[in-house]
Amino acid sequence: MIEFRHVAKTYPDGTTAVEDFSLTVPSHTATVLLGSSGCGKTTLLRMVNRMVDPSSGQVLIDDEDLASVPPVALRRRIGYVMQNSGLLPHRRVIDNIATVPRLNGVSKREAHSRAHELMELVGLDAALASRYPGQLSGGQQQRVGVARGLASDPNILLMDEPFGAVDPLVRMELQRELRRIQTEVEKTIMFVTHDIDEALALGDQIVVLKTGGEVAQVGTAQEIVEAPADDFVAQFLGVDSGRRSLQTVPRPGGGHTVVDGGGRPVGVLEDPPEGSSEPRG
Amino acid sequence: MVEILDWVRWGLNHSDRVLMLTFEHLRLSLPAILASLLVSVPIAAAANRLRPLREVIVSGTGLLYAMPSLPLFIVLPIILGTGVRDMINVVVALTLFGISLMVRSAADGLAAVPEHIRLSATAQGFSPWRRFIGVDLPLAGPAMLAGLRVVSVSTISLVSVSAVLGVQSLGSLFTDGFQRSIVASIVIGILATALLALLMDLLLVLLGRLLMPWTQTARTSAGPVGRGRGR
Repeated sequence: MIEFRHVAKTYPDGTTAVEDFSLTVPSHTATVLLGSSGCGKTTLLRMVNRMVDPSSGQVLIDDEDLASVPPVALRRRIGYVMQNSGLLPHRRVIDNIATVPRLNGVSKREAHSRAHELMELVGLDAALASRYPGQLSGGQQQRVGVARGLASDPNILLMDEPFGAVDPLVRMELQRELRRIQTEVEKTIMFVTHDIDEALALGDQIVVLKTGGEVAQVGTAQEIVEAPADDFVAQFLGVDSGRRSLQTVPRPGGGHTVVDGGGRPVGVLEDPPEGSSEPRG
Repeated sequence: MVEILDWVRWGLNHSDRVLMLTFEHLRLSLPAILASLLVSVPIAAAANRLRPLREVIVSGTGLLYAMPSLPLFIVLPIILGTGVRDMINVVVALTLFGISLMVRSAADGLAAVPEHIRLSATAQGFSPWRRFIGVDLPLAGPAMLAGLRVVSVSTISLVSVSAVLGVQSLGSLFTDGFQRSIVASIVIGILATALLALLMDLLLVLLGRLLMPWTQTARTSAGPVGRGRGR
């Protein structure tokens, strides 16, 4: 469990990234911090592995105040995945994935065999192990990034817009894969994004942020879509642009087409098969 | 044409001496090249840290190159307390020239390491020191190698100047040849120095490929992903 208690962050140049933020992130679930740039979401994420220290307030992991935890050791037990993968370009894929176990003093052989398992988990061909990151596609690099984040089997995985730089098709594929991986590994995930669809797809708990880290709404995807707390959240969701108010219109061939508020078709309506709760796009 | 044959014959007749002098030449230049690198990297790293002083340090060391070499060879022993013909005297002087060329390459190379990669390394749990050794240094490698190649050529050519003081090197072929009017000696001295500089340069390039294999593959990735070199 990660707990933010009235944290604030003012940078030395005087800009206030976060004013007063409190949140509890339950274990083994995915919490998404959703907001536009400048809302302080990355600052908040980085407080968890002490890349940023709060100016006031506390961040706790399982009731332990992080202010007293040495940063380097802390970072080695928390997975971190970032945009543009941040892979080390001079190390092969296998060595990139093995980075944290190696830092923790695990033998090369053991770290590599663990890395091979992780490549399988994230759906990477074993033949890519000896490539350098520069030889991979953007989507493959992000998979390597996820594998690296999981390599030391951390309880917590921090993800800072990890799929922001890949094209939409690959992004959806990666989101689907992350959900699959999460059902296997059940990490406590904190995920930062400005993409509302990504937040709805991945978050067990979604935190909508205004500037300065002000919480606009906390809730499940369903709660936020069904009852946006205020105009800000509604606007973020795209309610006023009609994106979320869907209607059905009869199809000439039978059945229905779903259109949004602007009349643009977004899909077709099908009777849900028995036992399935997750509609497919 | 006849002269070229004469020079070759002279070179062959004196091959023992040329080889010995080549060895002496290397004995002076290799430690200086290595020392230039070892001294420049910490200076460059410190310069990058001390933002406001960066340009002062980098340009300041660069100005060292403006020192006339011959007076330096003579002044240094007074400061170091060594003899003019002492090998250390020559190596220190050459190192100073090497540093003047190397600091900027090293500082620029280290500064060019992408910020998101350094950030990512920190987030993985690299301590500052380990990050410097394991991430910053290797990624600055290509830029530093380029600088070191210039240092190598410059050092090998500058060694010859010390021959004027009587320190043995390939430059001695030039001074001897000049004093005794043996053109072949002068020509062979120049050729051997140039050849040595060329060989050292090749060696450095090969060493770079060996130590930084990722720089080779990065180029191929622009096109359709090349076939992995299986292992």
